[in-house]
Amino acid sequence: MGRLELIQSLTGHEGRVWNVSWHPKGNFFASCGEDKIIRVWGKQGSKWSLKSTLSEGHKRTVREVSWSPCGNYIASASFDATVAIWDKSAGEFECIATLEGHENEVKSVSWSRSGSFMASCSRDKSVWIWEVAEEEYECGAVLNAHTQDVKKVIWHPLEDIVASASYDNTVKMFREDLADHDWTCFATLTSHDSTVWSMSFDKSGTRLATCSDDNTIKIWREYKPGNVEGIVTPSGDPVWKCVCTLSGYHNRTIYDIAWCHQTDLIATACGDDIIRVFKEAPESDPNEPTFELVHTCTNAHSQDVNAVKWSPTVAGMLLSASDDETIKVWMYEE
Amino acid sequence: MVDNEHNTITVQFTPTIPHCSMASLIGLAIRVQLLRVLPSRFKVNVRITPGTHASEREVNKQLADKERVAAALENLNLVEVINQCIAGQFEF
Repeated sequence: MGRLELIQSLTGHEGRVWNVSWHPKGNFFASCGEDKIIRVWGKQGSKWSLKSTLSEGHKRTVREVSWSPCGNYIASASFDATVAIWDKSAGEFECIATLEGHENEVKSVSWSRSGSFMASCSRDKSVWIWEVAEEEYECGAVLNAHTQDVKKVIWHPLEDIVASASYDNTVKMFREDLADHDWTCFATLTSHDSTVWSMSFDKSGTRLATCSDDNTIKIWREYKPGNVEGIVTPSGDPVWKCVCTLSGYHNRTIYDIAWCHQTDLIATACGDDIIRVFKEAPESDPNEPTFELVHTCTNAHSQDVNAVKWSPTVAGMLLSASDDETIKVWMYEE
Repeated sequence: MVDNEHNTITVQFTPTIPHCSMASLIGLAIRVQLLRVLPSRFKVNVRITPGTHASEREVNKQLADKERVAAALENLNLVEVINQCIAGQFEF
């Protein structure tokens, strides 16, 4: 069993804070929310403080911010139906592009590991793939596979594969067909009984953790064609199966989940104001894994926790964002 | 139904007819009213009384989705309509 120690509580946002995103080096992070202003925070000695405010970029709530893997750009997704790209090369952050196309609120934005692509998704049920070249952003594909509002998009940690989570209770995965350059949906993960709010790949990209309005977390595993377990892979695409469901732990909607690529710990952000940390049990069977709840941080915030993100460089360091207008920095210790 | 110990409030409302097209709006108005008067520690559930509406599941799901509710409430026209729904309800 471990515990989450509160390092610092950061105020500044007016209105709920929806999301946070770490700079790949882990020495900065960005936050966003209802006040339409993106805030960038940095560390000075042992204390985090506000470094920049990125305003005038959006006309409505900013729902997600995402730092590019190279660390030079921040992408932001807003209810104003646009995605904005921010660049700091001129010294201060400035908005260098505003990507239009979605019909209504953009809920999520994410960069691929390779830096060649970005994805966005919206209440208009679509996932857009953007091709990134120099500082030009072109729409590469509009994917209309979901039947309802798409809540989140994330890229695979290694390959150019994108996963999307939706109000239609499913997660879909897409990849580009190298022959005709068409993006197609090669997997649909169905098991949750309600909206899938978020998901997180483990370090290898062969497992995915999803969280939902049905108050459960599900762990999925990839089975490639020719797998030793004998799982059938029709059409030669990998198949994703739900190998574990964690229920009975969360009392309300789980808004975010983060699988740490350094410690393998899984953190969840829940509408019951609690941050929970799970760890895979020793001797866990890869095809039927078991996870243990190793910490329950009750009243981590005074209202719903909307996001949790593990630091990419400092093992055990966690950020959380909440409806209570604060961002908290935590350290997980065994 | 108020659960003071667990800080939750559940409100069930019954639309006047099973295909009432105003059900979503009414549910939203109830949520907004509660949001405005309750302390933030309360978790609010607004649902249609089971068995009283044709699209009960769909309406309940939307009302429970705080992101959808938040986005809808950024629409000033909608907020104006809701304010009119709520006005005159409580006289102290």
